[in-house]
Amino acid sequence: MVYTLTPAADLHSDVEDVARLLTADGERITDHELDPWVTDVGPEQLRALYRDMVLLRRIDSEGMALQRQGQVGLWAPCQGQEATQIGSARALRTDDFAFPSYRETGVVYARGAEPEGFLRAWRGEAHSSYDPNELGTAIPQIIIAAQTLHAVGYAMGIQRDGTDQAVATWFGDGATSQGDLNEAMVFAASYNAPVVFVCTNNQWAISEPVGVQAKAPIAGRAPGYGIPSMRVDGNDVLAVTAAMRWALDHARTGKGPAFIEAVTYRMGPHTTSDDPTRYRGKDEVEYWRSRDPLARVEAYLRAQDEFGDAFAAQVAKDADDLGAAVRAACLQMTTAPAISILDNVYAEPHTGLEEEKAWFGAYLDGFEEAAL
Amino acid sequence: MTDLTMVKAINEGLRRAMRDDDKVLVMGEDIGRLGGVFRVTDGLLDEFGAQRIVDTPLAESGIMGTAVGLAYRGYRPVVEIQFDGFVYPAFDQIVSNVAKLHYRSQGAVKMPITIRIPWAGGVGAAEHHSESPEAYFVHTSGLRVVAVSNPQDAYVVLRQAIACDDPVVFFEPKRLYHTKGAVNLDTDLADAAPMGLARIARPGTDVTLLTYGAQVATAMDAAIAAEDEGTSIEVIDLRSLSPVDYKTVTASVRKTGRVIVTHEAAREAGVGAELIASVTERCFNYLESAPVRVTGWDIPYPPAKLEKHHVPDLDRILDAVDRVLDRPNSLTGVEL
Repeated sequence: MVYTLTPAADLHSDVEDVARLLTADGERITDHELDPWVTDVGPEQLRALYRDMVLLRRIDSEGMALQRQGQVGLWAPCQGQEATQIGSARALRTDDFAFPSYRETGVVYARGAEPEGFLRAWRGEAHSSYDPNELGTAIPQIIIAAQTLHAVGYAMGIQRDGTDQAVATWFGDGATSQGDLNEAMVFAASYNAPVVFVCTNNQWAISEPVGVQAKAPIAGRAPGYGIPSMRVDGNDVLAVTAAMRWALDHARTGKGPAFIEAVTYRMGPHTTSDDPTRYRGKDEVEYWRSRDPLARVEAYLRAQDEFGDAFAAQVAKDADDLGAAVRAACLQMTTAPAISILDNVYAEPHTGLEEEKAWFGAYLDGFEEAAL
Repeated sequence: MTDLTMVKAINEGLRRAMRDDDKVLVMGEDIGRLGGVFRVTDGLLDEFGAQRIVDTPLAESGIMGTAVGLAYRGYRPVVEIQFDGFVYPAFDQIVSNVAKLHYRSQGAVKMPITIRIPWAGGVGAAEHHSESPEAYFVHTSGLRVVAVSNPQDAYVVLRQAIACDDPVVFFEPKRLYHTKGAVNLDTDLADAAPMGLARIARPGTDVTLLTYGAQVATAMDAAIAAEDEGTSIEVIDLRSLSPVDYKTVTASVRKTGRVIVTHEAAREAGVGAELIASVTERCFNYLESAPVRVTGWDIPYPPAKLEKHHVPDLDRILDAVDRVLDRPNSLTGVEL
């Protein structure tokens, strides 16, 4: 358990009070809390995590590009947060359940989404890009912190079913100001629910720095609810993996909820509608660029002579292939017929809506007849 | 048939629903050992245990949000909101998630959540304990909204709501909680009138009086008084506010040519406004006079000692009857 209740002079710049296993330069260091959870993670697994992060970065850059080209309406980039998303989501079992926010493209990727599963909703074709039951992943939540309660409720269902599954939910530093997260932590602690809270502290809630949300490190809050927590370097995929394994084991073995604050950085804008140059300086962005989550794994593996040219070429090709598949899936999407906007509002017939559907259907049919 | 209070009828409805389906669980504040502040859940903890009768922390959004997660997992939560005025902290979860998840997921996720709300005034309660928030929910697509007016309906419609795969907001009029009525506990849901249907509480020929919940009793009193004056009022207990059974409503209005809506919620943009607009769209050529609303005033719910001036009574309904019949003895004569 690594947490702190000590107020920080400047939460926004005081980002070194974290547990980590790989330094920004790719040096492997020891952490007695984290090390036991990754003893099995050798070069092969690290390469797999690296590949995941590269592929995620490609999905993300493709999403940005497609938005600029008018192919998707909006995109919420996650560049810089790859280690937090991949490290945490890859620690889940297939039969666990994930409740992400809208920025967790990496969680959706790790849960097995097909290329269209990343951007059908962002393109505006539907409100969800995938079937949550197939991926074991809820529809990404836009209402801030609402999904944390859903995760706790799902975990309460697991308790009633008597299985050893676990639930994880992701949210940003801004979400920690919301009442729903407070209520989620109260419910999770009171019922000892098997849920892991993953706070992605990416330093910015649109233009508000984390210091507006908190005066002490966020991980320090959880113990107040009776929930153990860790504050880890969110750009260190090995540390995030270790923390998540600890947290999931805690939840799965009946010890109740756990909380992780992953300290990371959103390299891009909040969304494609945002202009981060209005609220943060270049120096800050460059500082975080020097802590890139992909580069440190590569540096570590190269130092071990475990990062060869063939591997690098293969990963680059896989990324190109996935990027192309995501782009193709986007461009090949067809828009549903107009009448379908009235579908699925209710699970059972609703006479009011059926009446509207009959009227709208007849109206649409009138155009078809006129065209004949 | 057994004579039961509405509280007992709802209690029996919950018990039967939980016996029928082990995925049904009840959540709320004080619903366990206490049996709820109105004792609606009395005895359920002993029969079903704490895994299914879930005493929750004091947090309405928390109750509603965890119910969403349980529904994701395949459960059918019945949520008790302790009082009408306490539903607002849960409003975001209700309108953004409970109501929309089926639509947002293209039908992949069902939200069979029943939201029970002890509702409206007339019981001398403190501030925030007598509100009529039904219009907020009727305005939210994806929710079904029902309001019961007697123990038999409370028993049957509650079970229908719990069995329904859609989220249902279930309004329980507090001032009828201890009114007894005949309940057939052996009612087979397959034989009962579907949840969305209105009920003609009293047939009549001159005026259609639309209402729901506790106002049904007041409307019935008004109809009896009007009968003494030679006016035949058809009272329709809507039972469902979303969807509204317009088949029953329009058949009545086309017969009588006159329509009044009464509810105790405030008038502006209320359920009555929607009813009048829809009836006018459908029955304009049948109307003999302008429709009239008899509602609570457009005020926050008043203090207990003054609430009798807010909740429409028999005389205000009879005044509206005079107006739709264009009688000169209308009490107000106010041009609207």
